[in-house]
Amino acid sequence: MQAGGGGFFQRMQDYLKRFEPNLVNFMMLSFLLFIIGVAGVLSRRNIIIIFMSIELILNAVNINLIAFSRYLQANELVLRQRGIMVNPIAGPVFTIFIIVVAAAEAAVGLGIVISLFRNRETIAVDEIDLLKW
Amino acid sequence: MLKLVWLIPLSPLIGFAINFLLGRRLKLGEGVVKLVACASVFISLVITLGAFYEYGWSYAAEHNNAPYLTTLFTWLPGGLAHQTLGRSAGALAEFKITWGYQIDQLSLVMMFVVTFVGFLIHVFATGYMQGDKGYYRFFSYLNLFMFMMLLLVMGSNFLIMFIGWEGVGLCSYLLIGYYFDRKEAGDASKKAFIVNRIGDFGFALAIMGVFAVFGSLEFTKVRELAGAYPIEGLWQFGLMSWLALGLFIGATGKSAQIPLYIWLPDAMAGPTPVSALIHAATMVTAGVFMVTRTNFIFQRSVTMMLIVALIGCLTAFVAATIGITQTDIKKVLAYSTVSQLGYMFLGAGVGAFIAAIFHVFTHAFFKALLFLGSGSVIHGMHHEQEMPKMGGLAKYMPTTYKTMLAGWLAICGIIPFAGFWSKDEILWRSFSTGIFAGGKLLWIVGFITAGMTAFYMTRLMALTFWGEERFRKAHGDGDHHDSSHGSGHGTVEPHESPRSMTTPLIVLAVFSVFIGLIGIPRAFPALVGSHANINIFERWLEPVIDDVHHLHSAEATVGSASAHQHSESSTAAAVPAEGANHAAEAEAVSGSEYLLMILSLGIAIGGIMLGRFFYLKNPDLPRIWAERLRPLYTLSFNKWYWDYLLDVKAVEAGKEFNRGLWRVDALAVDGGVNGSSWLTRLAATISGAWDKYVVDGLVNASGWGARFGSIALRAVQTGFWQNYALLFTVGLFLCLFLYERSALLELVRGLYRAATGK
Repeated sequence: MQAGGGGFFQRMQDYLKRFEPNLVNFMMLSFLLFIIGVAGVLSRRNIIIIFMSIELILNAVNINLIAFSRYLQANELVLRQRGIMVNPIAGPVFTIFIIVVAAAEAAVGLGIVISLFRNRETIAVDEIDLLKW
Repeated sequence: MLKLVWLIPLSPLIGFAINFLLGRRLKLGEGVVKLVACASVFISLVITLGAFYEYGWSYAAEHNNAPYLTTLFTWLPGGLAHQTLGRSAGALAEFKITWGYQIDQLSLVMMFVVTFVGFLIHVFATGYMQGDKGYYRFFSYLNLFMFMMLLLVMGSNFLIMFIGWEGVGLCSYLLIGYYFDRKEAGDASKKAFIVNRIGDFGFALAIMGVFAVFGSLEFTKVRELAGAYPIEGLWQFGLMSWLALGLFIGATGKSAQIPLYIWLPDAMAGPTPVSALIHAATMVTAGVFMVTRTNFIFQRSVTMMLIVALIGCLTAFVAATIGITQTDIKKVLAYSTVSQLGYMFLGAGVGAFIAAIFHVFTHAFFKALLFLGSGSVIHGMHHEQEMPKMGGLAKYMPTTYKTMLAGWLAICGIIPFAGFWSKDEILWRSFSTGIFAGGKLLWIVGFITAGMTAFYMTRLMALTFWGEERFRKAHGDGDHHDSSHGSGHGTVEPHESPRSMTTPLIVLAVFSVFIGLIGIPRAFPALVGSHANINIFERWLEPVIDDVHHLHSAEATVGSASAHQHSESSTAAAVPAEGANHAAEAEAVSGSEYLLMILSLGIAIGGIMLGRFFYLKNPDLPRIWAERLRPLYTLSFNKWYWDYLLDVKAVEAGKEFNRGLWRVDALAVDGGVNGSSWLTRLAATISGAWDKYVVDGLVNASGWGARFGSIALRAVQTGFWQNYALLFTVGLFLCLFLYERSALLELVRGLYRAATGK
C-alpha cells in the first residue's frame, strides 16, 4: 500500500484501511472459532461448557455466512457481468435461522441437562455411558 | 301227542328257571322245589310216552318209518351270511339252522330212558338230598341237565345236538362240583370239563366237516347224501373216515373211553343221584347215541369201525381190571360204567348199533339202580363210601339189598336179567362180525371182561351186603364223616332209606329184571323151531340204521322186509332168492350162538363163584393173592398209571410246551418289541446328538463368533459420545484430506499467504 499524501482523515482512512478486514480474515476468524468449538466439544467434560462450545461452532458458521454475504454484495456488479447471479440476502436469512435454532436447542438441551442431573446427580459426560454396548 | 314234543325239553327248562331264578329269592321250601322239579320231568315223561305211542302205533306205519320232524323256529338264518358276505359267502349262503326236533325210533328210545330214569332219580334225590343247603340249586341243575339231554337226543341237526352235548357237559361240571367247598369235587369238576373239552373239539371239527362235505347239518339230509359215498375199506382213510374220527373223538370224551375216560371215576365226587343220572344212565351214553345217530357215516369207514371196536374192547377190559381193586363203592361202579360203555362201543364198532343202543337201554336201568342203591347205602351209612368199612348190610337195609341183587345179576349177565340179553348180543355180534376180520379176538377180550365184571360186582356185593359187619369197628376210630342230614344218630347203626328213595329202587329193579325181554335174540324162538322175530327192540330200531354192510340181510328173511326203508334195491330183490339159504345159515349160526351164550353164562357164574369164594368164604384170600400178583395188583390199584401219565406227564409236557412258547414269546416277540424300541432309542439318540452338537453347534458357533469377533470392534463403542464425535471429526478431516487434498492445500496456502501478507 502507498502511504502518505492526503489529509488526516485520508491518512486515518488509509491507516484504517490497512486494518480493514477482508473476506480471508473473516474466514480465518470463523475457522478458528470452529476449531475452538470442536476442540471444546470433544475435550470438555462439563456439559455446560460443551453447550457453549457448540454455540461457538454455530457462531463460526454465522460469521462465515455474513462474511460471504458481504463479499458477494460488494462484488455483485462484477459477478453479474460475468453472468453469475447472486443473492446476498440468503446469508443473513440463514444466520437468523441458525440463531433461532440455537436458542431452541439450548432450551431443550438445558432441559435435558437438568433432568439428567436430577437422575444422575452429575453433568459430567464421561460418567454418562449408556450408549455403550 | 307228537304235536306236543316241543314241550318235552321245555318243561324241565321251565322247572329249572323257576327253581334257579326264584329258589333263593323266594326261599322256596324243599317241598315246592321238589314238586316243581319232579313235576316238570314227569310232564316230559308223560308226553314222551304219548309220543312213543302215537309214533310207534300210527305215525311210523303211515309214513314208512320216516322220522317225525318239527321245526320250532329258524335259529340261524343263512340269508344273513349271504347279505353280509355277498358272493364270498359260498357254501355259507345255505347255512340255515332251524331249531327242530327229530322224533324217530332212536330218539324215542333215548327220550324214554332219559325221562323215565331221570324222573326216578329225581324222586330218589328228593330223599337223598334232604336237608342239603343247596336243595333248590341241586334240583335246578338236574332240571337243566334234563333239558340239555333231551335237546341232545331230540335235535334234528348236528348243531342242536351240539348244544345239548355242551349243555350236559356244563351240567355235569356244575353237579360234579356241587359240593364246591370240597377240593376234590372242584378238581374233579374241572377235570371232567377239560377232558370233555378235548373230545368236544373233535366233535366240533367233525360238525364243520359235515357241513363242508354235505352242505347241511340236518340228520335226515346228511343221511340221504351220505348214501352217495362209497364204503372206505380197511386202512383207507377218506372223507367219511375223517368225519367219523372227529365224531368218535367227541364220543370218547363224553362217553369216557380210552384215552379220555379218566374224568368219569373222579366225577364220583358229585352227589350220588348225579352219578346215577349223568355218569351212568344218560349223559355218558350220549357218545353211543351219537355214533348210532351218525351210523351212516361210521359204516362207510371200515377203519373207523375197527378203531371204535378196538377202543371199546380195550376200555371194557382196562376199566374192568381197575374195578377189581378199588375200595370206594362208587369208584367200582364208575369203572364198571366205563367198562360197560366200552361194551357199547364194541357193539357199535362191529356194526351192532342196535345191540349197542340196547345195552345203553338196559344199562341205564341196572346201572342207575346200582348207583342209586349205592347212594342208599351211603345214605344209610352216614356218607361212608369205603367198602372195607361196610359189610353185612343186608340185614339192615333189606329193600336196598334186594333191589341191588337184581342190579347185580343184571350186570353180571345172568339169564334172564336185562344185562344178559344186551351184553350177549354185543358179544355174539362181535364174534360173528362180517365188517372186518378178527372179531373173535374182540369176543375173547369181551368174554374175559364179562367174567371180571361178574367178579368185581360180586366183590362189591360181598363187601357191602354180605359177610362180617365191619362198620362198627371202622367207625370206632374216630373217622366219622359228618353227615349232612343231621338226624342226630348217636351210634353209627346203618338204617334203611326212606320211601322216596326205595320206591325208585324197586321200580328200577323190576325193569332191570324184565326189560331185557324186549330184545330176545332170534336164536331163542329158533330153539323151538319158530322163525318169529321176537326181538322187538331190533325190529323197532332197524329203520334208523343204514344197511350199508347188509348186516340184517339174514334177519330180513324172517322179519318184515318192508322195514328196510334204506336198504338198497338190489338186496330187496335178492331177498326171496336167498331166503332159503339164509334160513339154513341161521340154523347153523344159532348153534354157535347158543354155545357162546352158555359160555358167557358160564364165565359169569364162574366170576360170581370166584368172587364169593374170595370175599365170603375165605376173606384172607384177596390179600394173599394181592401179594402173589403184586405187580398186577399195583397196576390195577393205581389205575394202570394212566391218570398219572395224563395228569403228570402229559400236563407237565403241556406246561413245558407252554413254557417253551413263553420263552419264544419272551425272547423272540418281546425281543423284537424291545429291539425295535432299542433301535428307536438309538436313532433318537443319534438324531438328538446331531441336533444338539451340529445344529445347535452351528447356531451357537455363529453366536460365539459374533461375540468373540466383536471384541475388537466393541472397544470402539465406548459409550462416550465425545469419542464418537472425535472419530467423526477425525474422519471428516481424513476425508477432506483424501479427496480434497489440493483444495485443502490451497486453503492452507491461502491462509498462510493471507496471514503473512505475501
